[in-house]
Amino acid sequence: MATTLDGIPNEVALAIHRRMVRIRAFEEYVSELFLQGKLQGFVHTYIGQEAIAAGVCSLLDDSDYITSTHRGHGHAIAKGIHLNQIMAELFGNVTGACRGRGGSMHVADFSLGMLGANGIVGGGFGIAAGAALSAKYRGTNQVSVCFFGDGAINKGTFHEALNFAAVHDLPAVFICENNQYAQFTAGGRTTAVNDLAVRAASYNIPGVTADGNHAGEVYRAAHEALNRARAGRGPTLLNLLTYRFGGHYVGDAEVYRDKQEVEKRRALDPIPRWEQALNDARILSADEATTIWAATRQAVADAEQFAQDSPFPQADTALDWVFTEAADR
Amino acid sequence: MSTKRMSFGQATVDATRFAMRQDERIIVLGEDISWGGNFGQFRGLLEEFGPKRVIDMPISEAAIMSVSLGAAVTGLRPVASMSFVEFTFGAMDEIVNQVAKFRYMFGGQTSVPIVLRASDGTMRCSASHHSSSLEVRFAHMPGLKVVAPSNAADAKGLLRSAIADDDPVVYLENKQMTAKRAPVPEDDYNVPLGSATIARPGRDVTIITYSIPALRALEACAQLEAKGIDAGVIDLRSLVPLDMTTVLETVAQTRLAVVVHEAWRFGGLGAEIASQITEALFKELVAPVARVGAASAPIPFSPPLEAAVVPGVSDIVAAVERVIG
Repeated sequence: MATTLDGIPNEVALAIHRRMVRIRAFEEYVSELFLQGKLQGFVHTYIGQEAIAAGVCSLLDDSDYITSTHRGHGHAIAKGIHLNQIMAELFGNVTGACRGRGGSMHVADFSLGMLGANGIVGGGFGIAAGAALSAKYRGTNQVSVCFFGDGAINKGTFHEALNFAAVHDLPAVFICENNQYAQFTAGGRTTAVNDLAVRAASYNIPGVTADGNHAGEVYRAAHEALNRARAGRGPTLLNLLTYRFGGHYVGDAEVYRDKQEVEKRRALDPIPRWEQALNDARILSADEATTIWAATRQAVADAEQFAQDSPFPQADTALDWVFTEAADR
Repeated sequence: MSTKRMSFGQATVDATRFAMRQDERIIVLGEDISWGGNFGQFRGLLEEFGPKRVIDMPISEAAIMSVSLGAAVTGLRPVASMSFVEFTFGAMDEIVNQVAKFRYMFGGQTSVPIVLRASDGTMRCSASHHSSSLEVRFAHMPGLKVVAPSNAADAKGLLRSAIADDDPVVYLENKQMTAKRAPVPEDDYNVPLGSATIARPGRDVTIITYSIPALRALEACAQLEAKGIDAGVIDLRSLVPLDMTTVLETVAQTRLAVVVHEAWRFGGLGAEIASQITEALFKELVAPVARVGAASAPIPFSPPLEAAVVPGVSDIVAAVERVIG
């Protein structure tokens, strides 16, 4: 048995698979909960994009930083937040990652370097650059990864933050999850360039396009960008091509695209592709994969049970944490 | 404590220097700050602390704010200069949606120790994009603290407290005041956030104000004294937290109040303060609380027009005479 799959250590290749499965199982389950009316608010699922969060985060330590998006469950899971805490947050429970203050679009765990899912498109660019500035200032080996969608690339904050990060050679990687849609609108209708990686030229940094539905390609592209960042050679823009299998949010009628288009893209589902690659390399058998899926689905169901058993926050705590309490200082 | 006459701007440099010497986590970032800033409020910091801690930013207001946020939640304590307060609109998404909300919406996992410095108010007819007073935009948003000192001594002590605070503090420094000199304690010292001061006691009526209108209010008091009216002035210094205790205790005595600011009167902080006074002291009040603020127009350039829109000493005198009746 080989010890690596095209340069990816076997245990890492398996860890990527487990994270992808965890994200998919969670998102499918959560979609169902939402449609059953058990969840409030909005839920934006990461289904179809799992290879990116799982592949990139397999290269990060807990002390490394990420910023996430409104479509942030995948990043939260990949960075290691427990399913119970994420699920409880989606239910608005006091046991949630943010004690019920944030919900689906604001899952965070600062102890794991997960600086928050973010309801503002393009909100993460500068935050990631600031975390990278901080890492460089403190002289650590930490990196800062900004996940964002192709819709965010037309925000002014993209330009402001990448320019700043490049000027200071900050240890940051800006990862475009190019899922082809900016909310309801296909990217090509609102973006002046087809290849988003060319925008890196404006900041004199590398811009790399790779298949975001192939965990191995994601891993290799991220590996190079992260090494570059950790070596003090500055940021990279990665344009990872993927596809959002679901609508903008769960319950989106998707009037803006053909069902056939979605079906065609499902053939490139990153999870079966990675399972096949692992199987071909004799790293993961079909039986083992089946076992992983079953155990993961059980863990997700357990997470719902955890949430259902958890209390809501007390109403008299609604004003906690607006400011830092004197006792915390 | 021995004092030294220095300008408001120098007093803020003094406070920053004391803070940076004590705490390596403090960085200063903004446009042109290695040249001292527009009003000398950063002069000498680069020379003492170097470019690693005194960072010239591109003209990218959103990045100034969001980079500060990312640094603040990962161990640093940024002091961010937004130059003129109007430029904060270019970063309002970051200020309101991120900086103000980060602690709360993530369930208290992080604090956000940022000081946002911005110069506000009119000065030598700087026209609509360099003359506004926007404190109410920040004060309205839960999660932001707001201070607006009116003299060099408070400028130093409040900035020291703002930098030491673990929450985001918007520090508004009036442009006309930057060069005004006053005695300032030479040593390191703090003026606590959320504490108003009685700038002048007065038996007949209480003027409640902050920033440069506090100086205008004191001038108005001198004119009123000649007319036999003993008016007092409360300088709020902090707008969030707001020291309503001092306001209510004082107005309970005088039973007449006038709130003064250079920001627009419509929807201004004066409306909030007048409302709180009325809710607490309705039966004690002899007359409705009066408000003095700018007329509802963008601040115009031409000198007589600017003077017509922005309230001056005579407007304060007139408002006091009106409530006294």
